Amino acid sequence: MSDTYLENEDFVTFYIAGQLFGVPVLSVQDIINPQRITPIPLAPPEIAGSLNLRGRIVTAIDVRKRLGLPARDEKESMSIVVENGNDLYSLMVDSVGEVLGVDESSFERNPPTLDQRFRDYSQGIYRLDGKLLVILDVNRFLDYGRNADAA
Amino acid sequence: MDDLLSEFLTETNEGLTTLDMELVKLEQNPNDAELLSSIFRLMHTIKGTCGFLGLPRLESVAHAGENIMGKFRDGELSVSATGVSLILECLDQIREILGTLEATEEEPEGDDSDLISRLNAHAEGGDAGESDATAPVPSPAAPPAEDVADDGDVEEDELERAFREALGPEELAAQAAAEAAATPEAAPVAEVVELKAEPAESAPAPTPAAKPAAKKKATPPPAPAGDAGSSVANQSIRVSVEVLENLMTMVSELVLTRNQTLQILRAHKESDFATPLQRLNHVVSDLQEGVMKTRMQPIGNAWAKLPRIIRDLSHELDKKIDLVMKGAETELDRQVLELIKDPLTHMVRNSADHGLEMPNDRIAAGKPETGQVILNAFHEGGHIIIQISDDGKGLNTDRIKEKCIENGLASEGELDGMNDQQIQQFIFKPGFSTAAEVTAVSGRGVGMDVVRTNIEKIGGTIELSSTEGKGTIFTIKIPLTLAIVSALIVECCKERFAIPQLSVVELVRTSAHSEHTIEHINETPVLRLRNRLLPLVTLRDLLKLSDGEEPEGDEPEIREDNFIVVSQVGTYTFGIIVDRVFDTEEIVVKPVAPILRDIQLFSGNTILGDGAVVMILDPNGIAAATGEIAVADADLGAHEDRHLTGNDEKVAMLVFRSGDDAPKAVPLALIARLEEIDLAKVESSGGQHVVQYRGQLMPLIPMQAGMELESEGRQPVLVFSDRERSMGLVVDEIIDIVEDRMNVELSAEKEGYIGSAIIAEKATDVVDAGYFLTQAYPDWFGSEAGKENFESDRSRILLVDDSPFFRNLLMPMLSVAGYDVKAVESASDALSLCEEGEQFDVIVSDIEMPGMNGFEFAEAVREDHRWSKTPMVALSAFASPADLMRGRAAGFKDYVSKTDREALLMTLQDTIAELKGAA
Repeated sequence: MSDTYLENEDFVTFYIAGQLFGVPVLSVQDIINPQRITPIPLAPPEIAGSLNLRGRIVTAIDVRKRLGLPARDEKESMSIVVENGNDLYSLMVDSVGEVLGVDESSFERNPPTLDQRFRDYSQGIYRLDGKLLVILDVNRFLDYGRNADAA
Repeated sequence: MDDLLSEFLTETNEGLTTLDMELVKLEQNPNDAELLSSIFRLMHTIKGTCGFLGLPRLESVAHAGENIMGKFRDGELSVSATGVSLILECLDQIREILGTLEATEEEPEGDDSDLISRLNAHAEGGDAGESDATAPVPSPAAPPAEDVADDGDVEEDELERAFREALGPEELAAQAAAEAAATPEAAPVAEVVELKAEPAESAPAPTPAAKPAAKKKATPPPAPAGDAGSSVANQSIRVSVEVLENLMTMVSELVLTRNQTLQILRAHKESDFATPLQRLNHVVSDLQEGVMKTRMQPIGNAWAKLPRIIRDLSHELDKKIDLVMKGAETELDRQVLELIKDPLTHMVRNSADHGLEMPNDRIAAGKPETGQVILNAFHEGGHIIIQISDDGKGLNTDRIKEKCIENGLASEGELDGMNDQQIQQFIFKPGFSTAAEVTAVSGRGVGMDVVRTNIEKIGGTIELSSTEGKGTIFTIKIPLTLAIVSALIVECCKERFAIPQLSVVELVRTSAHSEHTIEHINETPVLRLRNRLLPLVTLRDLLKLSDGEEPEGDEPEIREDNFIVVSQVGTYTFGIIVDRVFDTEEIVVKPVAPILRDIQLFSGNTILGDGAVVMILDPNGIAAATGEIAVADADLGAHEDRHLTGNDEKVAMLVFRSGDDAPKAVPLALIARLEEIDLAKVESSGGQHVVQYRGQLMPLIPMQAGMELESEGRQPVLVFSDRERSMGLVVDEIIDIVEDRMNVELSAEKEGYIGSAIIAEKATDVVDAGYFLTQAYPDWFGSEAGKENFESDRSRILLVDDSPFFRNLLMPMLSVAGYDVKAVESASDALSLCEEGEQFDVIVSDIEMPGMNGFEFAEAVREDHRWSKTPMVALSAFASPADLMRGRAAGFKDYVSKTDREALLMTLQDTIAELKGAA
């Protein structure tokens, strides 16, 4: 994935704690409703567990926890399934929004003052009408190895 | 037909086909070293297998061909058309023989001497005497059999001519091709030649020397044994592994879906789907079996190379080795087979190289001169067991120990605490090799660890049992297949987990009322199982699970009804406590997401019949997490712990008050009992207060000299006791029992005190019990009276302890017990006493000491002849079974805790009694 998007690109948007996020539509495999999730003991806290998506095992990650945000009130949540490597991950988000096409000219780099975790996982920001769209860097978001090194 | 033979035919025919193609390519690129060696290898393989199967005629033909190839490869002979032709001819000859072989299963009679001699002639002298044989080639172009090397500078026009002619009569093509190709710069020509490459193969055909059969076969494209029709080669087809793997994955999914469907069916008792689904069920099962079968191969395939390896080894090492292979037909999954091939080869080599002794040594040991390496494979409950045993010298534990220390795998102290079996396991550690010298065969220090890793990778286990002098047996247990495993589904805290059946030995149900109950040692659960103590691990604790709805205050204790999954990893058997056990289910192991790979306890995850995802527990990981398996590692940790505590040995002290306000303390270990005596009963005898106590008169010594005893009331008394004699120390008040570090600052100023120490944050006088004992009985120590209880001479004890406190503590205690004690503060002091010729009956030594520690001291003592017979008793702050074992190994007779007075005295008594008995 390149650092900037040169063409207009479509993003699947979702909300986390009121903030609008986006992931490239092409990296999204599925949007799923709340599912039965098997918790994984000893896993990092943000890993909610694993679930069965049409015969494939998907690791569910609570995006809020990964971003260091407080847990959401409702237990159930929608998930966006993305593929990374050959594995599927389901990102548990507050709510899933529409698919947005954005104007490349409205792209901004991360403000340096952004919270470390956000800066780590954000590829950049798009200025939309009335709100800002944070582009989630799925690779980095799911790259636990790198994280461990940093820690 | 013999499996081996049919496989040989299939393989050789394939090899020949490849050879045909490669040879042609070679003619075009004679300098392609890689191609050359690949051809040589192919040829060599064919020859090798012929030899192996005992087909002399084939072998000799192939050998002659290989000869030329070898020379090509080594640059002794340049690649020429004639050479290639000859080889091709040789291949045809091989094909012909193969054809007959296939039909009759016997090598046909026949004479190949003509061909062989020509091949040999070419190999030797290039073209000498060859023109005859090749002359009839209708080639006006160039004199045949000319070494291309000579034509290194082929004229440009000549090339062109060749080029032109290449388009002409076919027979010429080959010749031209060879020549053209031999010239590196003749790129364009080569291209054309490539188009014409095929006829090159037929080049040998017109050679009159060729057998008629060869002619027939030579028709392009190569049709190996084409006439044979229903040839074996055609009955089996080669399918790429990938296709099979895909098929397997699909079937796995199908099996899962079937399981799911059946589960749904069970919920609806009456259903129209019942019958068709049952049928589907059977079909899927058959299909699964069938697909599995395509992946099954006899284990003999992995062994095929071994006889040769052993043969070579026996020559190389000058040993006589007999390789016995049993159960070669045992089938297992191809994937598994591939993975164990190398480990097996390695282990067989190892057995032959390290395991078996030299013939002379064998004879000396009363064994037959020829050593045996036995391979045995068989099925056992869904697993394959492979045993590799030798009747060699077995593992030398001492050597292993040395090696461990040398390579820094474990310290001497750690090793001392291990039994032979544990020590033998070290051969599976990385960087370990016992062969004294690195032989060409093995001994490079990569080996058994790789073997173990590979075997564990496929969910197998490897065990080792060795008897010195008798031999070694390795037992490998591996699953039949990797794709689908049978797993036991268990529940813990409402979560389900799968445990591979492979490592499950049995299931035990425990409850308060059944014969099996879980018992605890210091909160560590254990189970008595057939007279053995089985260590238990709680899955709940291990996975840090909780029900989440446990009522407050309810002990997260183990429930009364439990299921214990008895698992075995290597030689370590342990029980996993779970809440419930469901049935077994066939599961498809899927790897976990990369972010979860560090969790050692899981080997994968899977989707159960009801669609739920469950984690697969890895017994290896559990064993590692709970200790035992990594004996050395765990021990290291324990050692550290001990070290820490060793530095600040805690001692239980009885703190009391007497006279002034300053608290006083005496080691609890010295005190037999605490009593409160009725002062009214105190009598006076011989100027001493005495009291009737347990049917005897016990002298009472006031703590403070001149302390007046009240005539009524009760008074606390510390009772010191030895055999029948007791003494009461009268104090004012017993304050507490404190377990604390002892840092006694010695002072000899005050009589009756060893010194002072900070106990419970207060300066406390530490009482010298010995002083008061002598007050009660002036002859308590070293007295004439003391002798009454013992033999005429008192036993001499050497006490080695770096801590002055303990020396002062133990001296009186041992003296009280009637021993003549000599105390020194270090092992080196003790050894110098030895130098001086002092003799002791028993040596009591501390373990944790600066400089030379107790174990080293013990070894030093054992080595010195003067004291080597003196029994030694180890003293330590802690006495765990591991310590005991280690101590014993170092030469200590017994191992007792410093603070366990009774045990020390008992031990000494026993030791002395033994000595006396022996004397």
